[in-house]
Amino acid sequence: MRKWLALTGVAVTLTVLPGAGQTPAYRAPRAADGKPNFNGIWQAVTEAHWDIEAHAAAPSPVLELGASHAVAGGLGIVEGGTIPYKPEALKTKQQNFTNRLKLDPEIKCYLPGVPRATYMPYPFQIIQGPKFIMMIHTFAGAVRTIYMDEHKEAPADSWMGWSNGRWEGDTLVVDTTGFNEKSWFDRAGNFHTDALHVVERITAASPNHLQYEATIEDPNVFTRPWKINVPLYRRMEKNAQIMEFRCVEFVEDLIYGHLRKQPTK
Amino acid sequence: MNRRLFSTVRLKPDTTSMMAIGVVVAVGWLAAFPVAGQAPVPRAANRNTAKPYVAPRTPDGQPDLQGFWTNATYTPLERPKGVTKEFFSPEEAIEVMKKAALEENEQTEPGTVADVHYDFTQFGLDRSQGAMAVNLRTSLIVDPTDGRLPPLSEEGRRRAAERAAARKTRGGPHDTVQNEPLGSRCILMDRNGPPALAGAYNNDYQIMQAAGYVMILTEMLHDARIIPLDGRPQLPPNVRQWTGSSRGRWEGQTLVIETTNLTDKFAFQGASENMRLTERFTRTADDTMRYQFTVEDPSTWTRPWSAEVPWKKTIGPIFEHACHEGNYGLYNTLSGARAEEKRAAEEAAKKGSLK
Repeated sequence: MRKWLALTGVAVTLTVLPGAGQTPAYRAPRAADGKPNFNGIWQAVTEAHWDIEAHAAAPSPVLELGASHAVAGGLGIVEGGTIPYKPEALKTKQQNFTNRLKLDPEIKCYLPGVPRATYMPYPFQIIQGPKFIMMIHTFAGAVRTIYMDEHKEAPADSWMGWSNGRWEGDTLVVDTTGFNEKSWFDRAGNFHTDALHVVERITAASPNHLQYEATIEDPNVFTRPWKINVPLYRRMEKNAQIMEFRCVEFVEDLIYGHLRKQPTK
Repeated sequence: MNRRLFSTVRLKPDTTSMMAIGVVVAVGWLAAFPVAGQAPVPRAANRNTAKPYVAPRTPDGQPDLQGFWTNATYTPLERPKGVTKEFFSPEEAIEVMKKAALEENEQTEPGTVADVHYDFTQFGLDRSQGAMAVNLRTSLIVDPTDGRLPPLSEEGRRRAAERAAARKTRGGPHDTVQNEPLGSRCILMDRNGPPALAGAYNNDYQIMQAAGYVMILTEMLHDARIIPLDGRPQLPPNVRQWTGSSRGRWEGQTLVIETTNLTDKFAFQGASENMRLTERFTRTADDTMRYQFTVEDPSTWTRPWSAEVPWKKTIGPIFEHACHEGNYGLYNTLSGARAEEKRAAEEAAKKGSLK
């Protein structure tokens, strides 16, 4: 019996690690409950917020912003390189891209959804407890609560979804459902429906970085589940903190400007 | 809207202090009263006799404030005119709460503008439908003892006049989105503060503590305040934020949070950006926490002032409050105002052509 358990342990470890491709030797410092301590301020350093697939540099969609908001080229974070869209869905993605200035929810300061929140170009903070793990994002002040001991079905659809978490060894596994169909994966129009199911696996890979992997499923849009992989780095500044980013104020004229009272002639 | 749903709709299941409407309200609050940690006797006398409550500790030795809390109250910030005492008797307090609960449940007249809103009672949003601490105080303001905001300083009066004049030049309340209240715009609500003050509904908070930090999640606007406890300095003075810059420390049983770097746009109760806020969180029982705050702003008031309100344990979870994303109300208010203007202009044109 004991031998069987030990073997299962090995099997679990093996399934946890290959995606990460990191040395399995690192053992993270422990939180009070003995779990790996993920408390800290983290940030992805990647061009994936422009497009999670590999892409070359491209001009900004807004003429006036010139090179300052041009798309930075990047190799993408999708395992295998491309997202396995169904043919119809791929057309929608292309239309999304064409109309991105009108359709991208980021432009309107809407909650970014999951996994997009994770690799936006801003830091987020993990506040970790035994019952709840919170992820507090800079962008739009988006908050995720990961329920560690009371797993429930999502009571209703939401932007950031409903996250049930568990520890598999030293890996935090977060199973999230209950999404609405409104968030995107990036600024390139990659999208999903409310059937989205995200399973994230987060493992400490060194004192100052986490390896983040997510398996993405949505049978309405994709032919099969697919994965993304991206490291999350610790913000090392002594005074690092999540700054306020109440972007609602920044988009009011964009959203409601046409409803401004016109001066009478 | 629908009165018959009152007794049947309860989104939040029971804890001992949660209650339905009417008679049950009174019974619930009376039962809740002894644990509310409030007493009409002067506090000094109370302190001598009562054994102070000692909060459980977190693994790293801090008083444990974690859990779900509500600051729901019917007690107004300022003492109502005509009330002269600092405390109600328990019986009077229950009477006041009952009356407020019934007023809150009152039904709007079908066909009126006020009726074009979802039914708070039906959706379990009335304060009487959730946990609420009994507060014997007649106002949240405890200092000055008259329970009212202190007089404005000379600078405060001048700025109030300037602000009023500036408002007039900005046009009508629905002329442009920036003229609408911050709450309607999903930018900041009284529950967010800081300081946190209850509103009509969603007065829920979740506190978590991790080494070096306290996190207070306000349900309204999914607003997480992350307070560093490591003694770091406030943000540079030129960096102004809606919720300022907050730094915390423990003073015995009490979490103390100092906030500066606020913005002129927030203007809490008419304050300036120089406002300095000190909040104090102290657990007084297993299910109650005392929340006190002091506002210092000589460029607004002639003296500092302080308020106090008990927070009551409640139950989670706190669900996503995506206010901006679903803000049809704001859109409809503005487009309604434009439609009204168009109609008025058309009518005026018609009248003109008849002449």
